[in-house]
Amino acid sequence: MANDLPQSSPPGARAPGQETPQNGSNVVLDDTGIRRALTRIAHEIVERNEDLSRLYLVAVPNGGVPLARQLAENLSAIADEEVTVGILDTTLYRDDLIVRGERPRLRRTEMPSVVDERVVVLVDDVASTGRTIRAAMDALMDFGRPTSVQVVALVDRGHRELPIKIDYVGKNIPTRTEDLVRLQGESGDLEGPLRVVVLPGGQEESA
Amino acid sequence: MIATDLLGIEGLDRSDLELILETAEHMQELGTRAVKKVPTLRGRTIVNLFFEASTRTRTSFEIAGKRLSADVINFSTSSSSLSKHESILDTARTLDAMQPDAVVVRHKVAGVPQQIAGVLDAPVINAGDGAHEHPTQALLDLLTVKQEKGRVDGLTVTIVGDIGHSRVARSNIQAFLRMGAEVRVAGPPTMLPPAVESLGVKAFTSMREALDGADVVMALRIQLERLEGALFPSIREYSETFGLSRSTLRYAKDDAIVMHPGPVNRGVELSHDLADHRPSVILDQVRNGVALRMAVLYLLAGRERAAEVSG
Repeated sequence: MANDLPQSSPPGARAPGQETPQNGSNVVLDDTGIRRALTRIAHEIVERNEDLSRLYLVAVPNGGVPLARQLAENLSAIADEEVTVGILDTTLYRDDLIVRGERPRLRRTEMPSVVDERVVVLVDDVASTGRTIRAAMDALMDFGRPTSVQVVALVDRGHRELPIKIDYVGKNIPTRTEDLVRLQGESGDLEGPLRVVVLPGGQEESA
Repeated sequence: MIATDLLGIEGLDRSDLELILETAEHMQELGTRAVKKVPTLRGRTIVNLFFEASTRTRTSFEIAGKRLSADVINFSTSSSSLSKHESILDTARTLDAMQPDAVVVRHKVAGVPQQIAGVLDAPVINAGDGAHEHPTQALLDLLTVKQEKGRVDGLTVTIVGDIGHSRVARSNIQAFLRMGAEVRVAGPPTMLPPAVESLGVKAFTSMREALDGADVVMALRIQLERLEGALFPSIREYSETFGLSRSTLRYAKDDAIVMHPGPVNRGVELSHDLADHRPSVILDQVRNGVALRMAVLYLLAGRERAAEVSG
């Protein structure tokens, strides 16, 4: 969701203290819910793609990475096929670098195989404006010419600003644009049990 | 990064250095792709303002800017009004009116990039000023050492050559100290500034002692034209006493690496075989220079001075 922060938010992550405002952060998807969603999505991917050997899961960091790994496990359990997993940072392709003061930190990119002739499934944690997916597609095309590109989002908030369609949605969660939606681990990183929280926004900062 | 300009290592704290290195490590991945160009600085203009001849550094900045999709304009002494006695600051103001997003400055006089930064809206990046600083060289050297050794903290780095007249030495001493390395300098007494140890380094006039246990040995370029007959009796004597070869290198650690900012005077500060082969990492330094300068341009180009004040 690198690109999907509301425009009023500062670059970089918020201080941990800010993530539990007084009215409480709201867990909208817990670890069990996430696992169920990823199991269903894996089945949908199998259903829609006949030749799984050409499948290439490409995670948008950071949130997409643990999700893509879980999806790959699910796919190999269902279809007995090892699915390639890559990581593609979209930061250098963002469309909002001009309006920001401090530049966002880059994240890692690891693309272990070529994307030519592959069915690429982009995996992101939270989809909203569609700008991250747009940036990810531009980045992907610089790596080669995939046969097709599909998109997984664990959470779809709506608020689309570009004509982008999410092919596989874990859960639709209506939010206000100023809210923050985050995939979190228990201790701030993305290890162990995960959850999706909505952090009501719009109070401490204005646009 | 809090600062708008990159004028020297002096103004940077360890977290700034780490941010630049981390960004450069991500930029290195771009160099492994078939399409090495990203649209990040599309529509941005970077001016290379070189008052002193330089092919390597200028080219490195030019490639770095182009890989980020910026338009890169080269201004050099031979091709502009700089040879018509236009003052440096007038030239800078004229350039500024053309609204560049970053200006890369090299000048033979220390302090000129800082002066130019004072009249420009655009961020200024020092590409070498006199004997003062050459921050991107020190940063690419840090990047190369980190890549080779996995860390900088706790390493012993020996810099050999004309420490007193070298901006590369000056920037590298500060950069490696700030990252937690032990820094030693070595050279003939005439090339070691009197108060050099006040910088936090140990000074040696014996190569054997200077190299003992070193993880990194950095040879500086001897300015042949400037120094013959002045600071040491002859090139040959310098080379015999302070030139690096496989035999002098045996005083250092077995896995020590050899660095040089280039261009190398073969057979003077480095023996021929060392210049071309491991453990020298000179071409890695050049390669890392592009990624490092991409990182600096990414972090600085297009940022406004006003944004710095408001944080």
